[in-house]
Amino acid sequence: MPETENTTPSVESSPGVGMIQMEVVSKWYGNFQVLVNCSTKVDKGEVVVICGPSGSGKSTLIKVINGLEPFQEGVVTFDGTSVGDAATNLPMLRSRIGMVFQSFELFPHITITDNINLAQLKVLGRDENEATNRSMALLERVGLMDQKDKFPAQLSGGQQQRVAIARGLAMDPAAMLFDEPTSALDPEMINEVLDVMTELANDGMTMMVVTHEMGFAKRVADRVIFMDEGRIEEDCTKDEFFGGERGDRAQEFLSKILTH
Amino acid sequence: MEGSFDFAIILKSVPYLAEGMVLTFQLTFLGIAGGIFFGTLLALCRLSPFAPLSFVAGSYVNFFRSMPLILVIFWFYFLVPFIVGHPVGGFWSVTLAFIMFEAAYYCEIMRAGIQSVTLGQVYAGQALGLTYRQNMQYIVLPQAFRNMIPILLTQAIVLFQDTSLVYVVGLGDFLVHADIVANRDNRLMEMFTTVAIVYFIICLLGTFYIRRLQRKLANA
Repeated sequence: MPETENTTPSVESSPGVGMIQMEVVSKWYGNFQVLVNCSTKVDKGEVVVICGPSGSGKSTLIKVINGLEPFQEGVVTFDGTSVGDAATNLPMLRSRIGMVFQSFELFPHITITDNINLAQLKVLGRDENEATNRSMALLERVGLMDQKDKFPAQLSGGQQQRVAIARGLAMDPAAMLFDEPTSALDPEMINEVLDVMTELANDGMTMMVVTHEMGFAKRVADRVIFMDEGRIEEDCTKDEFFGGERGDRAQEFLSKILTH
Repeated sequence: MEGSFDFAIILKSVPYLAEGMVLTFQLTFLGIAGGIFFGTLLALCRLSPFAPLSFVAGSYVNFFRSMPLILVIFWFYFLVPFIVGHPVGGFWSVTLAFIMFEAAYYCEIMRAGIQSVTLGQVYAGQALGLTYRQNMQYIVLPQAFRNMIPILLTQAIVLFQDTSLVYVVGLGDFLVHADIVANRDNRLMEMFTTVAIVYFIICLLGTFYIRRLQRKLANA
């Protein structure tokens, strides 16, 4: 008999259809077009790094996936559910996609434990014990068990970001989105966050990561997407991207951020 | 002439004045609690993307903020019994007047409070799968309240002073009871000086407390 599923909710993706799928997505802020005909797909277990100059639409692209940013044209599906469909229950969809923000966005008025518990209790309907057990296991995993009763402001940036990752994982998401998770961190704290993310990737989590950490991309990514002026300019495997088969704009961008 | 100051009269009337003070505090607390409750609802309406709701809430606020409180008290005093069809007593009509009036001010305070919570926090709540209502209830409003506590309390001190306007409908608050004693015993100077000192001390203590709280919140 087949083994019963583990704690992660089962994800049934039909072959050929990505867990995250974007087809010719465009978005405007007023007259300004931030996303121009963006198409890509991310399969289950894939780790995709998105890079590009600031203002190129990277953050907007991943916020479109969980419906934080509405878009005007194209189709976005997550695990078969259309994000832009008015009939889609967005809160339910979002609860299956973890998201980590540049500025952590822990809830400052509640403790670390409550930060991780909250959505488990209110969205997943877990009871207090079950939620706390899960939170403690995750705090252990990100190495912050001793911080559980503190408030976010009492933690360093790196610690806060690790809690934010734990908060996302507590929902047992089918995928995780990272929006420049290390950009607001002091240099000495970047690695502690990247380590947690690397471990997560090695465990098979589906991830989309907006980052300028090219070392992380080289080590962990399966694919790299390069964006410029709202367009996906490159969408290729890591080896292709770092092996030199990249376009001029990507080349120019890389030479700018890798000079030091 | 009234002759020399006689403060013994005040000691004798302490129980009667205390009785008035109880009413003053009742009106203040009911006004604050009801005002914050309805003010928060109004603020949510004002910030609603649904234009008619936002318009109605905005009009309510503008209307009550353009009215002298004393007029609102008069109005409710005569209007409420008329609407419900039987006398409700001065206390409840005045309480309702305070709540409705204060709600307009608390609405603006809460609106600023809600807007002080960053978009990133709203996103974080949404990304976890919280519904609009849950996000408001667990993430936005608690932070909005916390950010606005000093202003909410300042408004409470203003209301505490404004409750003395029930004078016009003859409810026996602190000031009215003092006035009755003052006139009965012809001790106007003593009574009104005492009333002024009591109001001053209570408001001063309140202001000190708010300042301390502000420092504490700033350090948190």
